[in-house]
Amino acid sequence: MDFTLKIWRQKNAKSKGHFETYKVKNISPDTSFLEMLDILNEQLINEGIDPVAVSKGCKEKFEPVAFDHDCREGICGICSLYINGRAHGPDEEITTCQLYMRKFKDGETITVEPWRTRGFPILKDLVVDRGAFDKILQAGGFISVNAGNAPDANAILIQKEKANESMDAAACVGCGACVATCKNGSAMLFVASRVSSLALLPQGKIEGARRAKAMVAKMDELGFGSCTNTRACELECPKGISIAHIARLNREFLSAKLKD
Amino acid sequence: MTKLVSHVPEGPLEQKWISHKNNIRIVSPANKRKLEIIVVGTGLGGASAAASLGELGYNVKVFCISDSPRRAHSIAAQGGINAAKNYRNDNDSVYRLFHDTIKSGDYRSREANVYRLAEVSNNIIDHCVAQGVPFGRDYSGLLDNRSFGGGQVSRTFYARGQTGQQLLLGAYAALNRQVAKGRVKTYPRHEMLDLVVIEGEAKGIIARNLVTGKIERFGAHAVVIATGGYGNCYFLSTYAMTCNGSAIWQCYKKGAFFANPGFAQIHPTCIPVEGDQQSKLTLMSESLRNDGRIWVPKKIEDAKKLQTGEIKGSQIPEEDRDYYLERRYPAFGNLVPRDVASRAAKERCDAGFGVNNTGRGVFLDFSTAIERLGKEVIEARYGNLFQMYEKITAVNAYEEPMMIYPAIHYTMGGIWVDYNLQTTIPGLYAIGEANFSDHGGNRLGASALMQGLADGYFILPYTIGDYLGGKILTPKTDTNHPAFAEAEKAITYKINKLFNVKGKRSVDSFHKELGHIMWEYVGMTRNEEGLKKAIAQIRKLRKEYWENVCVPGENNEFNQELEKALRVADFMEMGELMALDALNRRESCGGHFREEMQTEDGETKRDDDNFMYVSAWEFKGEDREPVLHKEPLKFEFVKVASRSYAKI
Repeated sequence: MDFTLKIWRQKNAKSKGHFETYKVKNISPDTSFLEMLDILNEQLINEGIDPVAVSKGCKEKFEPVAFDHDCREGICGICSLYINGRAHGPDEEITTCQLYMRKFKDGETITVEPWRTRGFPILKDLVVDRGAFDKILQAGGFISVNAGNAPDANAILIQKEKANESMDAAACVGCGACVATCKNGSAMLFVASRVSSLALLPQGKIEGARRAKAMVAKMDELGFGSCTNTRACELECPKGISIAHIARLNREFLSAKLKD
Repeated sequence: MTKLVSHVPEGPLEQKWISHKNNIRIVSPANKRKLEIIVVGTGLGGASAAASLGELGYNVKVFCISDSPRRAHSIAAQGGINAAKNYRNDNDSVYRLFHDTIKSGDYRSREANVYRLAEVSNNIIDHCVAQGVPFGRDYSGLLDNRSFGGGQVSRTFYARGQTGQQLLLGAYAALNRQVAKGRVKTYPRHEMLDLVVIEGEAKGIIARNLVTGKIERFGAHAVVIATGGYGNCYFLSTYAMTCNGSAIWQCYKKGAFFANPGFAQIHPTCIPVEGDQQSKLTLMSESLRNDGRIWVPKKIEDAKKLQTGEIKGSQIPEEDRDYYLERRYPAFGNLVPRDVASRAAKERCDAGFGVNNTGRGVFLDFSTAIERLGKEVIEARYGNLFQMYEKITAVNAYEEPMMIYPAIHYTMGGIWVDYNLQTTIPGLYAIGEANFSDHGGNRLGASALMQGLADGYFILPYTIGDYLGGKILTPKTDTNHPAFAEAEKAITYKINKLFNVKGKRSVDSFHKELGHIMWEYVGMTRNEEGLKKAIAQIRKLRKEYWENVCVPGENNEFNQELEKALRVADFMEMGELMALDALNRRESCGGHFREEMQTEDGETKRDDDNFMYVSAWEFKGEDREPVLHKEPLKFEFVKVASRSYAKI
């Protein structure tokens, strides 16, 4: 398969970015999207070595495209990318690393952009800074227990359904697709997944009120937008996390505020 | 001449850790506040260690190469974590878990360390539940268990197919709590490029800020390495793309001994390689072997047709299928250990019976199980795995058999550590997959997570106090010390040297070539001739690397090609040591199969008389042969037996 790629290039956080057009040829439909970018980068390096090719364009055009990737099996959450206007591209419940070229038409033009949202500044090309997510979790996304404190594991009974629901929320990989796809740039689904996962467990309930308030306050402070229930986040979440968890976050938050 | 002192305490096995804890130094809270510790890596080992050390009151700096500590590759572990809780009343015990781990390691691990691992396994489950890890539960509300890797007891705790993720998020949350308290400072997108040793003691690291390219100095009273395994030396593996061996390699070059470098685990159930451009291999959980049957065609002409795509697996009639594991190992069938299943697959594919376009794949077939149990049951058990398989291969495994092939999955070898997890450099500790200590020649399924968390939550926080107790009067490490300047200069020189090669080949092309050599000669089966060939080829390739690699861009910027170039430069050296170690070990042991050492039926033949030791290699300088030290292994509490799966 052959593709034309329109890729966002940006030298660093301060510089202005632009789209650059590239062509890749003879791509197998069983190649993953990120492997296709590997092939492009290999091609750029080889062209960059050739002075004739370089003289035809600017030097920077031949620098490999920077993109975040690591586990390449859909669990580490580091890969991002807006592909043809969709977070993680044209497939359901996947991260970009689980996207395969068979999902595209031969000869198609594919537009590749980084997450575009105020909360995640661009560092280079397709790489963004999601440090804000760490900061939100540092504000309260934990249960305050030191190693060595715990009672026997079976001393805490948890209803199977509750444990399952908690697990549904805990499946969040922290990729940021929810924020990137939200017209308000809201991080509510991300925050809700952690708050709800812990609120469903007896050991997490104890600090529930404090947690919900602290994490929401941090989210607001870091410049994420408000939730207006458009459900876009739920659609693009690679783990299919339901906005029902946002409802639980709201309940936790409101009941905490009422007690203040 | 040997510097290897294991510091294993005297006394009966079950008393060793208890009495050791009673006899080591502790540090008072007032003094802990004055002491600094660097932790490199934020997987299960690093995150749990950094969090626990923070809880104790130390000042901790923790480094990771990703954008967040949560990305570390522990997150990808699917199956579960072992513990000797005996919640199923199936007569499990600390001793049994210890014994299974020792046996699985083929008697090449240290008894006392493994016993301690089994001993603290129960504390891990307690702690993780208290942290809010949503383990699978029964309708009673009690924790559920599954059996794993054909174990005789059900001792594996799990959180769906995402156990590693949930455990890591627990450790990461504990870490976040300490960050909020100001006890731990995180350095994301920082890569350790060198260890700084002053007067024989580890005193800090040199790291590169991966966003700005700045080379930075960090000092401490002790350094903990938790950077995982080095399986990416093979290029294709189930490791994440950025997993690398550079941190442990720098420690080795600064004087830490490297133990059992040749011991790598190969996992039998991965999705086969599809083409030349593939970047990594995806593991399908081992649990699939509980219900799946592994086969290849009996007739070579059927295999040929499968390879060219003329026919599909489902079209081959039952009588023409060779269920080779059931045939060779009737007692264990499809549940033989990982190394046995892997080699058997290779043997069939080498003989020409591979079932995919590359001839490097075998079938894992669920049709019998679907007939017996119904599709719904199979879907409930493995639905997410079947879905994952379909996403990658576009094949519906309910209708067509899956295709699998072995891949590099874990490295048992690593930095040599004593009972305190301290390396041969005082003040330098190695935990988790980065050390060699608990898995011997082959790791038991569901025990990698256990080891990472045992080291980080319950072992290192105690043992490091013994060292730091002697450092309470030592002032903070001054990063203006000439040793830091020297290390920084060496790193800058190395980086400039890489840029200045200005050659014609990409870093990846070299890495792939290295991977081919490693997989071919230092892979599932090894022999003297092949290992010698590998060493010669790696040396040649390494020479070419430094003459012909092309690293685009500049140092003072976000530069992923430079990151890779530095890591591959180290793999080029590490691969040679792995081959050298495998060459030295003239026995078949655990995951290491030496063709010269096999029984008449082609099974492994261990040589306890000559090789019952840990090989620990000492760096002696660039282009000089490393020196082999041996730590003899004594088994006082278990009876050493040979591993046999062929007999009924």
